[in-house]
Amino acid sequence: MSTISSNTGTLPPGPDIKPKLSRDDLLMRGSMMVIVLYLIVTLALPLYTMLSKSFSTYRVELSQYEFQVSDEVGNFDGTVLTGDALNQQTEVFTDTDLVTGSDGRLPVTGLFPDFSFRSPVMYQIRNTSDTGRFLVGSTLQDGTDWIELDSNTFRRVQLRPVQSRGLDNFVNYFSTPALFNSIKNSLWISVVSTIVTVTLAFWFAYALNRSCMRFKGVFRLIAMAPILVPSLLPGIALVYLFGNQGMIKELLFGASIYGPIGIVIGSVFFTFPHAFLIISTALAISDARLYEAAASLRSTPWRTFWTVTVPGARYGLISAAFVVFNLVITDFGLPKVIGGQFNVLAVDIYKQVIGQQNFEMGAVVSVVLVIPAILAFAIDRMVQSKQVALLSARSVPYQAAPNPKADRLFLIYCSLIGLFIVGLLAVCQFAALIKFWPYDLSLSLRNYQFDKMDGGGWGSYFNSIRLALLTAVIGTTVVFFGAYLVEKSQGFRTGRSIFQMFAMLPMAIPGMVLGLSYIFFFNNPSNPLNGIYGTMAILVICTVTHFYTVSHLTAVTALKQMDREFESVSASLKQPTMKLFARVTVPVCLPAVLDISIYLFVNAMTTVSAVVFLYSPKTTLASIAVLNMDDAGDIAPAAAMGMMIFYTNAAARIIHLIASKGILKRTQAWRSR
Amino acid sequence: MRTSPVLQKTPPGELYLSIQNLWKAFGSFLALKDISLEINEGEFVCFLGPSGCGKTTLLRAIAGLDLQTKGTVMQDGMDVSNLPPSERDFGIVFQSYALFPNLTIEKNIAFGLENSGRTKSEIAVRVNELLHLVGLPDQGKKYPAQLSGGQQQRIALARAIASKPGLLLLDEPLSALDAKVRVHLRHEIKELQRKLGVTTVMVTHDQEEALAMADRIVVMNHGVIEQVGSPTEIYREPANLFVADFIGEMNQIQSQVTKGGRLSVGEKTFACLGHQFNDGTPVVAAIRPEDVIPHEAGYLDTGGNRNCIEVTLVEMEFLGSFWRCRLSNERFGSSELIADFSINAVRRLELEEGRTMVIELPENRLMAFDVPETEA
Repeated sequence: MSTISSNTGTLPPGPDIKPKLSRDDLLMRGSMMVIVLYLIVTLALPLYTMLSKSFSTYRVELSQYEFQVSDEVGNFDGTVLTGDALNQQTEVFTDTDLVTGSDGRLPVTGLFPDFSFRSPVMYQIRNTSDTGRFLVGSTLQDGTDWIELDSNTFRRVQLRPVQSRGLDNFVNYFSTPALFNSIKNSLWISVVSTIVTVTLAFWFAYALNRSCMRFKGVFRLIAMAPILVPSLLPGIALVYLFGNQGMIKELLFGASIYGPIGIVIGSVFFTFPHAFLIISTALAISDARLYEAAASLRSTPWRTFWTVTVPGARYGLISAAFVVFNLVITDFGLPKVIGGQFNVLAVDIYKQVIGQQNFEMGAVVSVVLVIPAILAFAIDRMVQSKQVALLSARSVPYQAAPNPKADRLFLIYCSLIGLFIVGLLAVCQFAALIKFWPYDLSLSLRNYQFDKMDGGGWGSYFNSIRLALLTAVIGTTVVFFGAYLVEKSQGFRTGRSIFQMFAMLPMAIPGMVLGLSYIFFFNNPSNPLNGIYGTMAILVICTVTHFYTVSHLTAVTALKQMDREFESVSASLKQPTMKLFARVTVPVCLPAVLDISIYLFVNAMTTVSAVVFLYSPKTTLASIAVLNMDDAGDIAPAAAMGMMIFYTNAAARIIHLIASKGILKRTQAWRSR
Repeated sequence: MRTSPVLQKTPPGELYLSIQNLWKAFGSFLALKDISLEINEGEFVCFLGPSGCGKTTLLRAIAGLDLQTKGTVMQDGMDVSNLPPSERDFGIVFQSYALFPNLTIEKNIAFGLENSGRTKSEIAVRVNELLHLVGLPDQGKKYPAQLSGGQQQRIALARAIASKPGLLLLDEPLSALDAKVRVHLRHEIKELQRKLGVTTVMVTHDQEEALAMADRIVVMNHGVIEQVGSPTEIYREPANLFVADFIGEMNQIQSQVTKGGRLSVGEKTFACLGHQFNDGTPVVAAIRPEDVIPHEAGYLDTGGNRNCIEVTLVEMEFLGSFWRCRLSNERFGSSELIADFSINAVRRLELEEGRTMVIELPENRLMAFDVPETEA
């Protein structure tokens, strides 16, 4: 008999075992660092730059300049005047004139009321501090020595502002009613759209999951159609229907479609599929045993609905509400097209940056917009994490029993929703094909001659396809490989949790904000990556980053279903992890990989918000062309281009479906027993 | 390579795996506490214990899959303590089989043979050989999902031994299988291990499995080794009450050591060999149900100093090959004694519920253990 004497106390002192890293470990860690670095450069740094921009103020400090003025023959009497003193005498510049942007310039001659560029009077100017700067012509002067200039040259002197950090921009923002009213407007349309969309989508999903209505497949297809078009397309359709020369504008009884009404209707259209998908999933997984219990307790259908159905779907409803809210408040295309004078935050960013070149204020509005977006996102994540294990393995799926009366009601309801969705798309197609609404209704393909319009012509359509393909290929590779590294590498906890955090961040960042951040970050001449500004590369990078989160989550879900021990087995067989990745992981996860690529493709085709700041004349995009043609009054071609995007995406989906069926048949033979 | 099976009964003496002062901490929780263990070449060792006892943690430390916090692991004379799994020499089989679902059986087995300097035809020959070895010669073209659980586990085994590793690790390899398949397969694994002579470590929580397969069993609990020994040693001479209780059935009676090392239960004292407790120590007296010898009533008179006692047969349960009987005696207080009597004995003594009878607790089968500290 052997007894083992064991020290059962505490860990002995001395160093812990330091693992020797295998080549695979190093490779995995190295790759993870590369992808983390990618996310830092394409996400964290631009956002940081934008944030710091919002706190930067620029102001011309007149006290930093000194002047001397000569008499008629060019003799100076030694009197030195400061800019401040001059301005107090003349009162030419008010305080608001002195506050400016990073590019602000103040012509100095304003301080001298009797200045004439033909006079023989000579001028001397100098900075009194090292931070002072002024331009003579285009030469920057930042020294403190006196510079003597004749009148003709002095007229070309411009004072440059000094940068400081502070809350001034925010103070400025909140003291301008035209700007901060947008917060109220944005919240208002987002809340209304959310309530309407979630209600409509709930009953639609209910009909599809809980009734014996006919044509369910067709309705499911129709409900998903809006995902395939840019969010501004319903806006164009609404203009045709209810605009100043609208087909049925009488239905609005004099109210204008340009404004909140149009935005809400359009938002319902483009957010409907998102809400429908989430709620439908929630309704699909309820347990029939609860309904049997309710029936055996003689509950009325109404009471069962409120005590079983709604609570069962509550996480889905909450999640759908926040997703829709987030989509509406961050959307730019739709309010741009149909918002009229009704200002919302996303459009304000565009107006500040593109219209007024006020980048600092654009950054301020971005910060304001990010707050509700991040809140909505955080609450949604919290809710989703609670939704696990609602359904146990022993649950019995609910089977709807036929109920002719209810089924007919549902069919009518779904048909109305279907009519709304198909109707808006049909209006766009119709508008694209007629010559000149409402005067010449003959059919023509004239509106497809994009090369004769603003927006980049057919070239932008092919650019879009190039962008979508590149995004799909590069994005899927980066996202899936990144997700694999996070899920399957050993140890290195800190690195992995940082990665997870970065991967979730893009979902919370509105496209407009991301796009603006990219301007600040990549358009800076001192940035070594400045070269990609204005190229297709920056559009691809921006789009991949913009849609990173959903793709990442899809990949992670698929990877979590793989046996945890594959990597252990492979290591014990002395095979490189990358061989396992290529031979087993990717083939097994192929359905998820294909899903990610089509998701990225469709979104790259339709996205407007982020790329609107980043395209160049060489890289115009179809979705941007829709926006620009609409802006220029070419609404029919805009509709035509919008429908081209729709058909392209529909075709891509069909090809994806056929391709995945074919590939799956060949590569997933092992799934069948 | 078609070597004739070399049947080795006794474990060869060469030291193969040596574990010294191994610790594993998960935060403040100590999963392994100062584990030391030596395993000889060709031995089949089972780590046995309840869930959470640290047996899988120890196996994963040996494999390098989850590195120990402190301590050394020597394999075949080489210190492998901090090496990654890919630089150690072992094959592993998991409870989930972990067969690659999209590769055929052949390709699964060949996975570890690639990139090792073998030609394609050599690999094909070896795969074929392994398929014969595990008794599935015609299944090579199928996918894992097309095989039964037992067949999949055999393929996993074939894959693990394909490149002839020096050490085979089995992590609960039979737990996911049906009872019948399990019994059949454990026999086959044991047979295969003997044939190959590969040093094998298996983790299991099933004592029957461990007793049937292992050359030596390592009983673990709460991160420490409670006992190491051959199956018969572990069963016949458990080192402590935990081992006695965990493996097999064991009657436990509160008792005290009295003069001459006898155990007193109530007013009665019993002779007990082979314990080293001092007089007056409170102990737990223990005996296995099958070690209780039945006698007819009145047998007591004839014996002099034997450990006999009169009991009442409270209940009998027919378990096929034997009867399990509950016996009571006021001296035992409220606790009852369980005894397994053969069908013959029951017939011979005409035992039935409610009868009085005499039982004997042989002095060489009666054991005494420390009273366990009450766990918090």
